[in-house]
Amino acid sequence: MNAVTNWAQRLSPVVRNIPPSGIRRFFDLVAEMKGVISLGVGEPDFVTPWSIRESCIYSLEKGMTMYTSNYGLLELREAIARNIYGDFGVTYDPRKEIVVTVGVSEAMDLAMRAILSPGDEVIIPEPCYVSYSACTALAGGVPVPVATTAENEFRLTPRQLEAAITPKTKAVIIAYPSNPTGATISGPELAALAKIIEQYDLIVIADEIYDKLTYEGQHTCFSSLPGMRDRTILLNGFSKAYAMTGWRIGYACGNPDFIGAMVKIHQYTMLCAPITAQMAALEALRNGKGAMEEMVKQYNQRRKLMLHGFRQMGLDCFEPRGAFYIFPSIEKTGLNCEEFSEALLKEANVAVVPGTAFGQPGEGHIRCSYAASVKQLNEALERIAGFVSKRLS
Amino acid sequence: MTQREKQILEILENDSRTGAEQIAIMLGMDVAEVRAKIAEWEAQKIIIKYNTIVNWEKLGDDTVTAMIEVKIAPQRDAGYDSLAERIYRYPEVKSVLLMSGGYDLAVLIEGQSLKEVAMFVSEKLATIDGVQSTGTHFVLKKYKMGGVILNGKHEDDKRLVITP
Repeated sequence: MNAVTNWAQRLSPVVRNIPPSGIRRFFDLVAEMKGVISLGVGEPDFVTPWSIRESCIYSLEKGMTMYTSNYGLLELREAIARNIYGDFGVTYDPRKEIVVTVGVSEAMDLAMRAILSPGDEVIIPEPCYVSYSACTALAGGVPVPVATTAENEFRLTPRQLEAAITPKTKAVIIAYPSNPTGATISGPELAALAKIIEQYDLIVIADEIYDKLTYEGQHTCFSSLPGMRDRTILLNGFSKAYAMTGWRIGYACGNPDFIGAMVKIHQYTMLCAPITAQMAALEALRNGKGAMEEMVKQYNQRRKLMLHGFRQMGLDCFEPRGAFYIFPSIEKTGLNCEEFSEALLKEANVAVVPGTAFGQPGEGHIRCSYAASVKQLNEALERIAGFVSKRLS
Repeated sequence: MTQREKQILEILENDSRTGAEQIAIMLGMDVAEVRAKIAEWEAQKIIIKYNTIVNWEKLGDDTVTAMIEVKIAPQRDAGYDSLAERIYRYPEVKSVLLMSGGYDLAVLIEGQSLKEVAMFVSEKLATIDGVQSTGTHFVLKKYKMGGVILNGKHEDDKRLVITP
């Protein structure tokens, strides 16, 4: 009876087996240092536009502090439906095909739990956002990573997709523009993937949170492709386009069976997204376009600055066409990405995220966020250039 | 004007010290092209001047600013322009705007003291032929000028240093 209880042994093995976040260790390292310029931040450096913040304050003054429908405010769902139709020509019924969630993070979890049975496989192109594998495993599924490569600018190819499919494959995640690579994918390339998806009768979870941050070409919404609407769970939100990360507000769109199942989980685990954030999101859709376009313009200027900067240093870097990340190769320095990032932090006081934090295929790369001021980016580039030059000769 | 050309001006308007090389990189343009464009705009007086916004108040400077509502009678052949010119030529006058509504010109004046401004209005402005009346409003505090918030609290980056 006196033996020390090993509480860790009592944890669910599913949770215990989820590897610790690769970002966490870096966060702890950086937090101890002073004078660091961080290119490691995965959120806008802008604060939420004032009209959105102000409308939230007003909603509180009016006493908007109650629950909403499990699906979210109908007014907001209607605005979301209009917006998607306006941007991509896809129609969703706001009454039963849209659910407002606590960020795309919750929507991703709901989607996985709604569709996966134990042992079902989910194809996940890597490097990718950190939650996909964990969400798959937590829902009882099996993540099947597919390594996209710099040669293909980190786009999933039809051949790679087909090679990863087994009789157990249930779904595939398609997430462009990409965090961490900044990669985008064209309409025809998506159509080629769609053909295989249809052939093998798969479900698609499309994380399009960075869709508005597309700088070259047009973003293609996956569910706008012929035959794809009903087999796609489209995820999006307000965090990136409207600089609203901390509001935790997103949404999922799909056929009524998928969305109904997701709402079933959502109503018992979340009930509804916070009404304050929903009111703010409504204002973002109604009057936020100007502010959003201004931010996009500035990201684009910084993107060019960063691409030029890394190429000047002699590093290989494909042109990121979306999101606010650049993913240069640091292979020429002879360091792996963990070593590079740690040495860069200690010697040059610049924080970046090693590519492997986003899956093993990220090795040889670092993720640099350009959601920082031009002044900071210039200073960071100068410091990185000094660091790199010592290792290239 | 192309979108990119417009962005050159926006960048300069935000920080006139941004160099042509930097602008060229940020917009994916040729640096010679950026330089030529800027020179052209300077010649055409589209770029009028490269200014600095100074917060004099912080240095304890107690310059007095007043906004004067001026009603004037428009002149034959010249409308409001000739009277406006007679007013804006005074160095004390910092800006002159023709307004719709209850008065005609909004005139911004700076002086060393309330008395100096009041004397300028009564002796110079009000006595100009064609000026029918003036109403003086002294500025008590400047919050935002030319799109820039003065004395704004320095907003630290509140984001976590590393996030996914």
